Amino acid sequence: MVSVCFYFQVHQPFRMKEYRVFDIGKHSSYFEEQKNRAILRKVADKCYLPTNKLLLGLLKKHPGFKISYSFSGVVLEQFEQYFPEVLHSFQKLVQTGQVEILDETYYHSLAFLHSLDEFKEQVLMHRKRVQELFGATPQVFRNTELIYSNELARVVAQMGYKGILAEGADHVLGWRSPNFLYRPKDQQTLKVLLKNYRLSDDIAFRFSNKAWEGFPLTSEKYARWVDGVNGNGHCVNLFMDYETFGEHQWEDTGIFAFLEHLPAEILKNPDNNFKTPSELVDGVEPVGELDVPFLVSWADMERDISAWQGNSMQQSALSALYQLEQDVKAKNDPVLLADWRRLQTSDNFYYMCTKWFSDGDVHKYFNPYESPYDSYIAFMNILNDLKMRVEIEKIDVHSPKVQALTNL
Amino acid sequence: MFGWEFPPFNSGGLGTACYGLVRGLSVHQVQVTLVLPFVHEDMQVSFARLLSTNEMATIAIKSINTLLSAYMTQQEYYAQLMKKPGHLRAIYGSNLFEEVERYSKQAEILSVQEDFDLIHCHDWMTFRAGMAAKAITGRPLIVHVHATEFDRSGGQGINKYVYDLERAGMEAADAIIAVSGFTKQKIVQHYGIASQKIMVVHNAVEHDVPYPLEEYTSFAKKHKIVLFLGRVTLQKGPDYFLQAAKKVLEQEPDTKFIIAGSGDMYGKMVEMAASLGLGDCVLFTGFLRGEDIQRAYTMADVYVMPSVSEPFGITPLEAMKHKTPVIISKQSGVSEIVHHCLKVDFWDVDVLAAKIIAVLRYPPLHQTLRDEGHKEVKKRTWEDAAAKCLDVYGRVLH
Repeated sequence: MVSVCFYFQVHQPFRMKEYRVFDIGKHSSYFEEQKNRAILRKVADKCYLPTNKLLLGLLKKHPGFKISYSFSGVVLEQFEQYFPEVLHSFQKLVQTGQVEILDETYYHSLAFLHSLDEFKEQVLMHRKRVQELFGATPQVFRNTELIYSNELARVVAQMGYKGILAEGADHVLGWRSPNFLYRPKDQQTLKVLLKNYRLSDDIAFRFSNKAWEGFPLTSEKYARWVDGVNGNGHCVNLFMDYETFGEHQWEDTGIFAFLEHLPAEILKNPDNNFKTPSELVDGVEPVGELDVPFLVSWADMERDISAWQGNSMQQSALSALYQLEQDVKAKNDPVLLADWRRLQTSDNFYYMCTKWFSDGDVHKYFNPYESPYDSYIAFMNILNDLKMRVEIEKIDVHSPKVQALTNL
Repeated sequence: MFGWEFPPFNSGGLGTACYGLVRGLSVHQVQVTLVLPFVHEDMQVSFARLLSTNEMATIAIKSINTLLSAYMTQQEYYAQLMKKPGHLRAIYGSNLFEEVERYSKQAEILSVQEDFDLIHCHDWMTFRAGMAAKAITGRPLIVHVHATEFDRSGGQGINKYVYDLERAGMEAADAIIAVSGFTKQKIVQHYGIASQKIMVVHNAVEHDVPYPLEEYTSFAKKHKIVLFLGRVTLQKGPDYFLQAAKKVLEQEPDTKFIIAGSGDMYGKMVEMAASLGLGDCVLFTGFLRGEDIQRAYTMADVYVMPSVSEPFGITPLEAMKHKTPVIISKQSGVSEIVHHCLKVDFWDVDVLAAKIIAVLRYPPLHQTLRDEGHKEVKKRTWEDAAAKCLDVYGRVLH
């Protein structure tokens, strides 16, 4: 028996303005309201709305079809603010009972790497928001960009989750297969689901690549590849960005037709079914222990965290940001706190990545700035303004000095 | 090849580019007869010092006695002519354009004495010579465009004679090499040349020049230094540099700005600095050569090239080689190939100032630009640029 487990990541950051050094101390509006709204509208039209519609039909047609999502808190905020219709369409999907929602950090942040307190607060914020919007309490956790380690598994188990997602990277698995469940090292209450990156990336990255030997990819062909796992695995975990459908792979690549026929093709083989992450965790026993003493992620060829903190700009930006944690929290100012937290979104650091910049690679497509350097400049300028807001002492209106001045 | 004087006798990027390209061709075992305007008595000696024995085996140098030098204007030509003793003046043309014609006659004579497969010439002053050589020998002609009259004039009144000669050269050529896509675009747009005839070969940078050691003067230790290095002329945007300096100094008053170079706007820029109240914050060095250039790059915290119209722009590559972060105008050819730098529109003085401040204020930015820029510039070699020229040679010779 092979269970196909779909998880889609839905996330859009609050992109920052090209905030200049001359803006410091003059205004504290850091985010591109117009641009963020426009991008959300574009992605909603190309991806979220048509894909949700398609999937709703499929879930109704095939009661055995199951999928799961993880939404960042910041994308949910933007749905509510700019485009409630999109949120409603996701809520309708969840109402079918065939859709599971996972937990993550509210701000799609790297907090786990920098502040455990902040990490936990953001996870709880996220859980609360999901409960409010979808009436469900997530049981399975996925960290930003599938960043994972033994230590994360320990913390997440402690927080009461029964499952966690990770990248099925070769250097983690060795000879082992991602098509089984594992137990994180020393954890008795938590199971780890690993991404089958070959089959996931066949859809997410290679689908429209004409130079790829699998091209053109039909749902029949793909279903037979899944069949191939029968006998050597319990599950095929297909983890990808939701924007794969219609945004990364445009409609004219045939991605929607592929998706439309996939459930039926998979279910043609009576040995196949679909499961959500929780169903897998509840129904499948782990085959062994997974020891990951270092950090892995689902990014790039390296599958490490160098895309977010590989160069000195990224490292200095992150450390300067988290150094402010105590002071920001002590101010008890919800607007200041929200601004500080929005700056934590991992995209802000991804934009600063210089690794492939010369080659004009995939990073460029996602970068709203001209260069990694320009994104770092904007970030540091904003951070300096935020720092000034933190440092300004609240004026004590009852102090004799202020009294004397107001009496003049 | 009709070229221009080599460093250290050059006055700008044209000489540097010719020198680099000839050496790059030498790596590919191309026999080059280089025809140069003869300006300095000790030139032969200096070539022997600049070129290795291997290079001397593939490069032959011929010189033509002329007063021409790269970037010359009418006035400059006249000044050069007047420096000559009266009885010698008759040898040369009475004005710049006559001298260009006289040079091409000399080139014609020289070309029948030499044996070669094709003619490669650099910028308008040598185009007439190239055309003459082609007419008499029937060999294919390649014109290499490092700048057009539209760049030099900054769009403010082009010289008709120069334009006509550029256009005639481009039309007579069997192929055109442009130093950037930016320049290719200009050739298509302003000279009506078919784009298939134009190949882009980006310039590179010499890597074997010894770097000066970390030689920080007390001045450079005490102040942050922002450098402009180039001809002080409209095309290079020194006025935008000064306007940005004013804004930077409001935020970072300890910064010093250096303008290294000379040119027709030199006096005007000194006055402008004074009238902006920047007298003690902007330093003018005049024209720099050799080690002084290296010293300037090394002591600078950031190099700025605010050119109004820059066909290529080798100086940012030179700065990156010296591990100095660069900010360059988007209106430049070099911005097509350099990524690890900051880019601005030359007219946007606010943005330029903001970026200068950022590099001065955020050390990790400075460090990453420096390290990544240095890595990037190492990949740009004259050997590769010469290989692309060889492709062009192949196309016209087939």
